[in-house]
Amino acid sequence: MNFPIPSLIAVSAANPWTYLIFGLVGFAFGFTLEMSGFGDSRKLAAQFYFTELTVLKVMFTAIVTAMVLLFGAVGLGILDFSQVWVNTTYIWSGVLGGLIMGVGFIIGGFCPTTSLASASTGKIDGMLFMLGGFVGAFLFGETEQYFTNWYNNAGYYGRLTLDQVFGIPVGVVVVLVILMALFMFWGAEQLERIFGKKDLSKEPKLRIVGAGALFVAAVAVMLIGSPSLEDKYNKVKFTRTETIPQLNADPIINTYIYSPDQMLEKRLVHITPAEAFKAKYNQIMNPIYLDVRSEAEYNLYHVEDAVNVPLDRIDEIVPLLISEPPANSVFIVMGNDETVATKAWKLLVGSGVTNSYILEGGVNNWIAFFGTEDKALQPNPNAGDDELGYIFPAALGSNYESCSPNPIEYEELEFEAKIVLQIKRDKSGGGCG
Amino acid sequence: MTTQTKRSILNRPERPYVHPYFGGMILGIILFLALLFTGNGLGSSGATSRIDALIVDTISPSHVDNNPYLLKMAGGDKNPMDDWIVPVFFGALLGGFTSGAFNGRLKFMTTKGPNITNRTRWLMAFLGGVIFLYGARMARGCTSGQALTGGTTLSAGSWLVMFAIFGGAYGLAYFVRKLWN
Repeated sequence: MNFPIPSLIAVSAANPWTYLIFGLVGFAFGFTLEMSGFGDSRKLAAQFYFTELTVLKVMFTAIVTAMVLLFGAVGLGILDFSQVWVNTTYIWSGVLGGLIMGVGFIIGGFCPTTSLASASTGKIDGMLFMLGGFVGAFLFGETEQYFTNWYNNAGYYGRLTLDQVFGIPVGVVVVLVILMALFMFWGAEQLERIFGKKDLSKEPKLRIVGAGALFVAAVAVMLIGSPSLEDKYNKVKFTRTETIPQLNADPIINTYIYSPDQMLEKRLVHITPAEAFKAKYNQIMNPIYLDVRSEAEYNLYHVEDAVNVPLDRIDEIVPLLISEPPANSVFIVMGNDETVATKAWKLLVGSGVTNSYILEGGVNNWIAFFGTEDKALQPNPNAGDDELGYIFPAALGSNYESCSPNPIEYEELEFEAKIVLQIKRDKSGGGCG
Repeated sequence: MTTQTKRSILNRPERPYVHPYFGGMILGIILFLALLFTGNGLGSSGATSRIDALIVDTISPSHVDNNPYLLKMAGGDKNPMDDWIVPVFFGALLGGFTSGAFNGRLKFMTTKGPNITNRTRWLMAFLGGVIFLYGARMARGCTSGQALTGGTTLSAGSWLVMFAIFGGAYGLAYFVRKLWN
């Protein structure tokens, strides 16, 4: 079984029990917070006077436990990390918002979820914090327009994880975070001894065993490592259906599951220039044209709106492709012909970018289809495999007529539609945002 | 004991809180299971925004249409409640209540420092809530959605937010010590 389960990624009225699942997650969350003592503001505020560091202990134990399990599952290939929501990085709104939250924390004595645990057990201050929260969130909605540009752009890095920041394997980061957490736990207990006059000898010895187990688990995660791109590529499955109409009966629908290599072999991901062009005028999807040729070739000639991403730089934009565009985006990869484009497609599929397709015959085929009347373009008889098959009088980029075919002239185009839109996740709905 | 349980959930003997490391471990397992099955972690402040959007949309739909921030959640055929964080929010309220009921902690009271009045505490709690949620919306998530969940998935931005929260609170703690000590 592959996790996460696609039908559980978002709530939907079509699957009412998704509400139940997320309700259960919330229930367990609230239950645990309350039983850890987070319904009492004094316990939370004590964190900041070093008398009792329950907040830090609970929070970091939760983070390191979940982290070891999460990256263990990713390493073993059970969980597809590209489908896990990772909060996008906005440096400046994150830092300023965080500082403001800190102020609210020490004044109000709660954070939003702990105020739920508090309010629900009858604490009046918890209820008032919650009520104030509604006012604060409302005020943000009303004032966001005055700094919307800063809010949406300042220090924006998309889906960025610590292993990418430091350029080290994710398993090493896991071990380092756990070492840091264990050091913080030790420090927290010393502070409690000094400021909170706490007798550490009464603390359960089991916690030392737990710390050891955590460290061993982290080392195991590091040794397992992350699945290679090739492993991930081979695990991807495509579902295609075939409808056979029947006389006087319901049509028969056959469902097939294909591997990526089978999809290539059967040419189910190769879309014609006509389909690639028409995608632009299809309300259901949002096509993004990825031109994976060299910059020089891109400058000579490219399809209108195509983005130049040379093959060796694909991995740089993958995080953006996963987190940025709307969920109905379709990525259409194009080379001169298909060799480079196929390599790029494999990289995208292995990295978990859904809805990726290849322009059949590449840019050469596009010109052959839309540019036959363009006298400026002369076929190049000496062009080799996967090279531009035309000679261009100048590097006009997308200013040749055939780069942006006239939608009225080409209104009626016949093609066999191969794009099957697969919407896995509503990007805007992820995380707290 | 049994007669007490029968009489009322409000009269249960109060039980002590669990050990922080144990509570944290349970919380970590819940967070992991949520990420494993749904690809989403934990959170709540997003739901506060969405409930606000629902209220605004009910009272004045035209106001939603003029506010790009609210339009992301409401307006048109969008239902602000159609997001995983909403059932998590209500689930958390119910879960907190249930734990409180089982452990004998359901009681109308005010948790505060020894040297302030209830009124001061109420005002500060309300004010803190306003400030916290304003910051949480700016940072696109609170202690649960950013620090806890983003910290686990190793999001670079979330670690910054986490340090900023602690930085803000520690920075101000000395000046408001009368509230708590």
